[in-house]
Parts: sequence; structure tokens; C-alpha cells
Amino acid sequence: MVKKMVSEKSGKGFIYNLETFISKYKLPIGIISIVILLVVPHLGFSQYIMNILIKIGIYIMLGLGLNILTGYTGLVSLGHAGFVAIGAYTASIIAIKSGMNFIPSAILGGLLAAVFGILLGLPTLRLTGTYLSIVTLGFGEIVRTVLMNWDSVTNGTLGVKGIPKPEIFGIKLTLANNGLYYMMLALVALITIFCIVLINSKTGRAFLAIKTDEMAGVMMGINVTYYKVLAFVLSAFISAVAGAFYATLIGYVDPNSFTFDISTLILSIVILGGMGTVRGMFVGAAVLISFPEVSRKLMDYRFVVYGLILVFMMRFRPQGLLGWKSQMPYKLSKNVKKRLQDLENSPS
Amino acid sequence: MAYLQVNGITKRFGGIVAVDKVSFEVNEGEIVSIIGPNGAGKTTVFNMLTGVYKIDEGEIIFDGKPIHNLKPQQIVKSGISRTFQNIRLFQDLRVVENVLVGTHIRTKYNLLESVIRSPKFRKEEDEKVFRAIEILKSIGLDHYRDDYAENLPYGDQRKLEIARAIATGAKLILLDEPAAGMNPQESEELLQFIRSLKQKGYTIIMIEHDMSVVMNISDRIYVIDHGKPIASGLPAEIANNERVIEAYLGRGRKNAEDK
Repeated sequence: MVKKMVSEKSGKGFIYNLETFISKYKLPIGIISIVILLVVPHLGFSQYIMNILIKIGIYIMLGLGLNILTGYTGLVSLGHAGFVAIGAYTASIIAIKSGMNFIPSAILGGLLAAVFGILLGLPTLRLTGTYLSIVTLGFGEIVRTVLMNWDSVTNGTLGVKGIPKPEIFGIKLTLANNGLYYMMLALVALITIFCIVLINSKTGRAFLAIKTDEMAGVMMGINVTYYKVLAFVLSAFISAVAGAFYATLIGYVDPNSFTFDISTLILSIVILGGMGTVRGMFVGAAVLISFPEVSRKLMDYRFVVYGLILVFMMRFRPQGLLGWKSQMPYKLSKNVKKRLQDLENSPS
Repeated sequence: MAYLQVNGITKRFGGIVAVDKVSFEVNEGEIVSIIGPNGAGKTTVFNMLTGVYKIDEGEIIFDGKPIHNLKPQQIVKSGISRTFQNIRLFQDLRVVENVLVGTHIRTKYNLLESVIRSPKFRKEEDEKVFRAIEILKSIGLDHYRDDYAENLPYGDQRKLEIARAIATGAKLILLDEPAAGMNPQESEELLQFIRSLKQKGYTIIMIEHDMSVVMNISDRIYVIDHGKPIASGLPAEIANNERVIEAYLGRGRKNAEDK
């Protein structure tokens, strides 16, 4: 009796229906969303709106980056602005000094942040929970302080000006020609695909195992040290690339672009959207970035409302807006399905 | 030499000697039980065998190679896996994913291959998924394949832990109180299941309090009390051993009258 209830996908509620619907019409839904995203710039929205859309895209990348660390591996970072800053500054300074194009300079920024990810990851392995968060918080502040005081390289509090726009085949990508919007789409798509393939592999399962029960993970032979550092590295790299893109979008960075507020905003996106999900990052970023813009009427009260929303979310939906567990069956490849069928057909 | 040879292992926590010169041996294909009153140091022995604790003295030889003080993942790789006294499944993962985590150590593809979904990745991933389903079928949990581990009934969660341990490719499986919290019918099922593991060639070391389980399936039993070995032998010998009865029940009435 009990056995039956568990496997029966008990309830078959709203989520189940929604997921069935989406998986049934996966192709048309995908095509329609891609078409909409591609034609958005030609619908005559103002530059202000386009700017917000790109900003949402940047925060989706940042959310996805932090999600690898916090959502998958269960390590809460309060200092991700540090990685964003390293990426933004490194890419910008390289681009200005050597004239290097955006993509290679952003990758270099990402790699440097990844090195800092290792440096931050290694000593913090023995720390979990709040202790780890405090260390990452310190890291974020240290990065900002260094940027503020290392005048010869970072130009101190004045910041770095005149960051060149990305170029592809000799065409400068700007807001006006929508190049930056499309570049944002491409980056978000790449990072999204990366996160999806990552989580559906032994690496992703190792991350999830560490989050759920580190000790049990160790006893399954998972090299916890390696995977925790790897999570830091991947997370830092993605955040830094998003930071480099932010820098080229605005054309100017200073230490105050990367305060603790940014770290908490990224973390809020991950939590509000739904920790450990990819879909959640999109909704989390869209809600939290557009909220201050659409609620301008509320004037000074908007951050009170903003805070209240977060409080109520944590009280009534702690798993996040889209933080449900999939009720679809585990996806088997065609090969496995075929082998299983063969197995059933030959009862031996 | 025996399959697993444990020679005088000792573990101290500060001034307390949790395990004091415990020795035992397990032959291939045997079911050996370690029993003793609460706090006797049985789980500490498991933690020493699996590399959670470093040992202070002694040696552990598995399959001809010393494994004491190796890292847990090296010990898993050499073919030893365990379950836990309090169920420690990956509760948020599906049943099949729990078993797949077990296959982690035998999965060879690297990060890059998984990200670009290379043929090697696909082939190996398919193999592991198929293997995981095979294990679930053999253990009678396949109908739960897509369910989340936390939603399983208690007895089946215990079984899933064993499935996960098997998936590591281990030949020696350590079961830490597998029958804890089970009703008589469930522990009878478990008994059958552990016997079937033995028939498949697995070697099993078991910590257990449920004497109906221990006496029925153990080939040999070791008894420890206060960290020290006090007896060993066949189930029938242990059941009548005075030191064992004393350790569990205290001194008999006859001795009390002597005073």
C-alpha cells in the first residue's frame, strides 16, 4: 500500500501538470522563446528598457555562477562581488593596455578569478556554514580594498575609464546597434548550457552529494577537497566573465561598483529563484533587477517593500519561487532505454 | 592470509581508548558480525576500516595490501564500502541518482568530456545508468527509481544504502546496524537479502544488535566491550559465552550471592 503511494507521483498536482506540459511541447516553447528573445531589440523599446534587459542577463549569469557554489555544492558565499570585480578589472585593464578584444580579455579575467577561487577554496575547506560565509565576506571586502588602494594599476577610487566595447568581425558591439544585447544572450545561453550539462554528470552529482551529506559523499569515494575547490573555480570563472561583460557594458568601473550589496543581491537571486535550479536564476534575476525599476512610484519605500518580499518569501516559500523538485521521471538515454527493453524481452 | 586482516588496531581520543588492540579476520565470502553493548567501539572500528579515523596502532590488511591510514576514497577504490547507523542517503536526490553517486569512483570520464558530451562520456554514462538500474532491480527497488530517496519507507531506505554501497564496486561491505528500527518482518526480509549478497560473492561485516539477525546469518562473531575484544567464535559458542552474557546483562545471580 505504502509502496504504491510513493511511486504513484502522489497528487499529480500543478507542478506535475506544468512539467508534463513543458516536456510535451518542449520544441515549440523553445522556438517561441528564442524567437521572442531575438526580436526584442526590434520592437522599439527604449534604451532604458534594453539596458535593464542586459542587466538582468548579467545577473542571470552571476546567479548561475553562484548557484554552482551555493545551489549545487551548498557552500554559501557572501563575497562573490570580489570575483566579479577581479573579472571586470582584469578584463578592462588588459583591454585598455593591450587593445585585446573582449572575449580573450574576459577569459583572462575569468582565469585570474579562478586562481583566486582556488586560493579562497583551499583554506576554507575545513569551514562550513556560517564560518565559510564570513571568510568569503572578508574576501569580497579585501578585493575591494585592494582595488581602492592599488593606485598604479587600478587607478584607486577614481576607477578605470574608457573601457572599449567588444568587437566581432570588426563591428563594434554597442547598445545602439543591439550588439551588446545579443552578446548577453550568447553568454547567458553558453553559461546555461554549461550548467545543465555540468549538473547531469558525475561532477554535478558529486556537488549535490557534498551538499546533501558530505560524510556520505566521502564514503562513496568522492574527493571532497577537489570538488569543493572545483565549485569555487567554476563559480569564480563564470562570475568574472559576467563582471567583464558588465565593465564593457558600462564602460567604467570603480571599487564601489562591487560592494557587499552586490554579493547579497546575487545570493538573493539564487535563493529567491530557487537554489540549485537553473530556471530559478532567470526568474530570480528578472524579479530582483526589474523590481527597483518598476516600483519607482513607491519612492523611498521601495526597499522596504523589497525587504518585506524577501522576508515573506523565506517564511512561506523557502525553496524559492521555482525551487521545486522535478516530478518527471529520471531521463534515460535512448541507448539505456533500449538495453532495458532488451533485458525485459529476454527473461533469463 | 585472510581477505581482511585486522591486527591490534587502537584508537585513542585524548585519554580515552575507544578501541584497544582489536584484531579480527574475515575470509572471502563470509558474513562476520561485530557485536557488543552500546558504546563498545563498534562504529569506531568501522570508521577506522573506512579511513574516517586514523589508527594509532596496529595494521589493516585488505586483499594483501595495507589500507590503514589511507584516505577514504582510496579505501573505497580498493573495494570496501559501508552503510551508516543513521541512514545517510542523499535525500534530495532520486533513488537512481543515489546509486549513480555510488558509481562515481568507477566513472572515468573527465570534466571536459562531460561538458562537451563526448562519445566516451555518453558510453560510460549509459553504462553506469544501466548498471545502477541493474542493481536496483536486483535489490527490488527499481519501482522507486524516479522517486526521491527521502520519500522511501524506512526499510527500503536501508536497502538503498546497501545498493549505493554495492554500486561503488566494493567486494567487502560493512553494514552498520542494518536492522535498526525494523519490525520483525522487515528484518526477516533483510536477512534474506544479506544472504543473497553472500551468494553473489560479497563479503560482509555487520554491526548489529538484533540477535535474531546476528545468530541466524553470521559465519563468525566477534564481541567487543569497552573497546576491548572479549570473545570470538561461531554463533552458538558466543550465545553461551559467559563473558559475553556478562557484558550484556551484568553478573549473574550466582556471582552476586558469592559476595
